[in-house]
Amino acid sequence: MDFIGGISPEHLDILKEVGNIGAGHSATSLSKLLNKKIDMNVPDVKVVSFNELMERLGGPDVVIASVFLRMEGDIPGSLFFVLSIEQAESFIQQLIMDPSFSFSSQSSENELGLSAFQELGNILTGSYLSSLSDLTNLTIYPSVPAFTVDMFGAVISHGLIELSHVSDYAIIIDTVIKEEDQLESDLVKGHFFLLPDPDSFDKLFKALGVTNEA
Amino acid sequence: MKLESLEIIKVGIADLNVVKMPNHIRTSGLGSCVGLILFDKINKIGGLAHIMLPDSSLANKNDFNHAKYADTAIPLLISQLADAGAKVRSLQAKMAGGAQMFQFQSASDMMRIGPRNVEAIKKILHSNHIHLLSEDVGGNSGRTIEFNPATCELMIRTVNQGTKVI
Repeated sequence: MDFIGGISPEHLDILKEVGNIGAGHSATSLSKLLNKKIDMNVPDVKVVSFNELMERLGGPDVVIASVFLRMEGDIPGSLFFVLSIEQAESFIQQLIMDPSFSFSSQSSENELGLSAFQELGNILTGSYLSSLSDLTNLTIYPSVPAFTVDMFGAVISHGLIELSHVSDYAIIIDTVIKEEDQLESDLVKGHFFLLPDPDSFDKLFKALGVTNEA
Repeated sequence: MKLESLEIIKVGIADLNVVKMPNHIRTSGLGSCVGLILFDKINKIGGLAHIMLPDSSLANKNDFNHAKYADTAIPLLISQLADAGAKVRSLQAKMAGGAQMFQFQSASDMMRIGPRNVEAIKKILHSNHIHLLSEDVGGNSGRTIEFNPATCELMIRTVNQGTKVI
């Protein structure tokens, strides 16, 4: 069965709630960490082709900072936290209280910033997944998050490998978090992309009380 | 004076296309995927496939996307090149991509997808008697590549290592 074909608008609503709760907890963590108000948008849940996904942040070769982890357990899948370079640098500068931090500088103090960013990623993805696990009563084992600065297409395609065996489309749960004073027009804010593996959707829906009738 | 306007054909993920001089062909954001170029030097025709997975035997549908898998994309690209006027017997290859974007302890198959793509493509090229002229594969960086069939040069851009030509 084509798993995308069995997805109804009701299912998408449920996934929206998943994104809402997951990123909501992450936003709270980030807010505490930075001692700042963090805003969150209503999650965007969509069935998109791989190429549409690539265009979401402006194209596959847009350079971004990303924390990625694999979920194992009841609902295998991939979770990405993606930030523009400027936004990631701004978070890091606030975390380590060093306004001169930049990814491109080669100084040894950079290590501190990078490690702070990795820790930020750990905390945010961790709170996303633990709230998801609480909500569904499902067991999720996250891998150690990996961090990279590279082209968006190269990074996100890693989350499509499992899906690509059975489909040319992905269901993305995309939630944006941003600092309160940030402009709406900034294309790249902090994005959470949750990409469950194909077999995980049924389990996710069952755990949340909706069966897949199709 | 007639100005030839140069067009850059863009190829998406799990897609392929063919280009003739003076136009270029490009694909962006290759991670574990491999960008394979097949070209006919004399007729100045080139094709690019953005390959995601090594083989289609696990694809469960009859009408799956042939450009996604190495074993189906390569024959498809060869036939499209032939349709465009390329001589199949003189086709040569270049490729780039197949990175491991993330390093994990577990060496699961999914994590090794880049090297597996590269291996599969080499095998298929060999069985089709297509010579692989040059390659830039592996590592852990994303790549954007652009091929110019007039010079048969493949330009490769990465975030940290700049641009090179193979």
